[in-house]
Amino acid sequence: MEKYWGFIIPVVSVLVALIIAAFVILSVGKSPVEAYIIMVKGAFGSAGAIVNTIVKTAPLVLTGLAVGFGFRAGVFNIGAEGQMIMGALTATAVGINLGWAPPYFALSLTIISGMLAGAGWAAIAGYLKAKTGAHEVVTTIMLNWIATYLSAYMVQVPLAVGSGTPKSPEIAPSAKLPVLMKVGPLEMSAGIIISVIAAIVMYVVLEKTTMGYEVKAAGFNPYAAEYGGISISKNITMSMAISGALAGLAGVVELMGVHHRFLGTLSGGKGFDGISIALIGQNHPIGIIFAALLMGALRTGSNEMQFAGISKHIVMIIQGIVIFLVAADRIVRTMILWRKRRKVKA
Amino acid sequence: MNVEGLLSASIRYGTPLLFATVGEIITERSGVLNLGLEGLMLMGAFTGFVTAYSTGNLWLAFTLSLVVGALFALIHAFMSITLRVNQVVSGLALTMLGSGLSGILGRAYVGRPAVMFQPVAIPGLEKIPVIGPAFFKQDPLVYVGYVLTFFLAWFIFKTKAGLTLRAVGEEPAAADARGVNVFWVRYLATLVGGALTAAGGAYLSLAATSMWMENMSAGRGWIAIALVIFAAWDPLKAMLGSYLFGFIMSLQFRLQATGEVHVSANLLLMLPYLVTLVSMVLFSINESFRKRIGAPSALGVPYSREEKT
Repeated sequence: MEKYWGFIIPVVSVLVALIIAAFVILSVGKSPVEAYIIMVKGAFGSAGAIVNTIVKTAPLVLTGLAVGFGFRAGVFNIGAEGQMIMGALTATAVGINLGWAPPYFALSLTIISGMLAGAGWAAIAGYLKAKTGAHEVVTTIMLNWIATYLSAYMVQVPLAVGSGTPKSPEIAPSAKLPVLMKVGPLEMSAGIIISVIAAIVMYVVLEKTTMGYEVKAAGFNPYAAEYGGISISKNITMSMAISGALAGLAGVVELMGVHHRFLGTLSGGKGFDGISIALIGQNHPIGIIFAALLMGALRTGSNEMQFAGISKHIVMIIQGIVIFLVAADRIVRTMILWRKRRKVKA
Repeated sequence: MNVEGLLSASIRYGTPLLFATVGEIITERSGVLNLGLEGLMLMGAFTGFVTAYSTGNLWLAFTLSLVVGALFALIHAFMSITLRVNQVVSGLALTMLGSGLSGILGRAYVGRPAVMFQPVAIPGLEKIPVIGPAFFKQDPLVYVGYVLTFFLAWFIFKTKAGLTLRAVGEEPAAADARGVNVFWVRYLATLVGGALTAAGGAYLSLAATSMWMENMSAGRGWIAIALVIFAAWDPLKAMLGSYLFGFIMSLQFRLQATGEVHVSANLLLMLPYLVTLVSMVLFSINESFRKRIGAPSALGVPYSREEKT
């Protein structure tokens, strides 16, 4: 049984959250059954809907991996949002200047610059934790807001173009991710492939390499790991940097695959969603892919619900409850065991 | 630019931050980290507005927002103190729940005007040049903020109960050995902190404006978390920090209104976070400095009688 808890807990948590959210929908005078049908149709009901869901899922896989990798390494990277913004912002600055470059060069340079920016932004928090003990949760929150305002400034002044929503110019065509599929106006870029590859790489690194073993050891018990010859301060900075690179990549995918320019704040809470996704996916790369798909579907489906007069805030309620239940896995365990015991008695 | 007007606006912008910051100071002093401030403020703003809208009674609205804030914080208390769930995770979930719930329940109330607190001048004091109109010609909740801050500063540092609160946040095991009920103190501190934070939200819908907007706290909960550190867990410094940031906010709005580009606006808004980040580094570098004014030692660490940390 113990082996399956990692799967059972998130699934039961999601179901319980959907049930509780149904009561909230009921309380504002709507039918929860109808709402959920609209939601599922909105997320998977047509080719366009499915493409939309996958497009939304791609960056979420990456922010989920970013946070999940951090958890495995024993750091709480709450700053995926800021790292994603910095990644996209840097990739924008690089991508708009690559009109002369051939695609393979433009693509790789833009992607790498974005990942490095995310890594560097996260490494600030890692370095501060290692050197001064400043808690990474608080420093990354600060870095999130600094990144938000910095990017707002950048697209309003140095990179600004046109009027209306603050935005940068479009990146060079050679720096746009190739389009895999087109349904009407919707394009699905290679972003989802990048995300899945990243998940596989993370799985291999964590499970099959010495580095992965060290990272997990440091995350599991830092004192024992240090005694065993693993440098904790180096590990913290490096783990944060890798986590940040993944979040930066999320920004890159969103930029190069969807908007093709830095638009508004770009991240739109996807970095924060990464925290929920990592928790629901139990920090396992494969789990994270499914959790990201769930969040992507909820986000896409809730847009449809909004048209039907049900606020898409319902997603936040579902998300909040799922996180509570997954984090407090004792509640779910007790619920399941209690039901079993009743069955045995009966 | 009119100095009196600017100062007066700084106080008004600073007051919701002040309520949330001193609330979080109480909570963190007991060793509980609550990152759910944004959600709590939204629930407070929503509760306040709906009550004011349907009854027209502002003080009842304010009181109910305190109650709802405490109840909402009870979720975090139960999760982090009783179940010993990761406090960061629980706080984030609380924020999501608060924004989601207030957003969906409040949808019907968007754009409807209600009543709001009006400025009341304090006779005598309002006559002081510049300071008088800025500090003593405000709405009653601003005055509540003054009294609350001084009361809490006295409570935390000068009373036996305040000493107990700090002891629980620094050395829960030692406090437990002295016969203090660590769980009870932490529950109480989290509930009181939640109530005050929600009151900060209520200020937004009852005094700063007279309406409800989705997500109207607009990141103020996170600013309060920065301010707690900036203020080194001291209510008096929190007052200074809140009004200082209120000043930055009102300055930014004026710059925007005068059409002076948004350049300075975004960079100005970045300042509090930058300053907090730098001050965190400075606090952390020096060990004795950290002990004297740093975070409560047991902050974010769940307490269990069986496990020794």
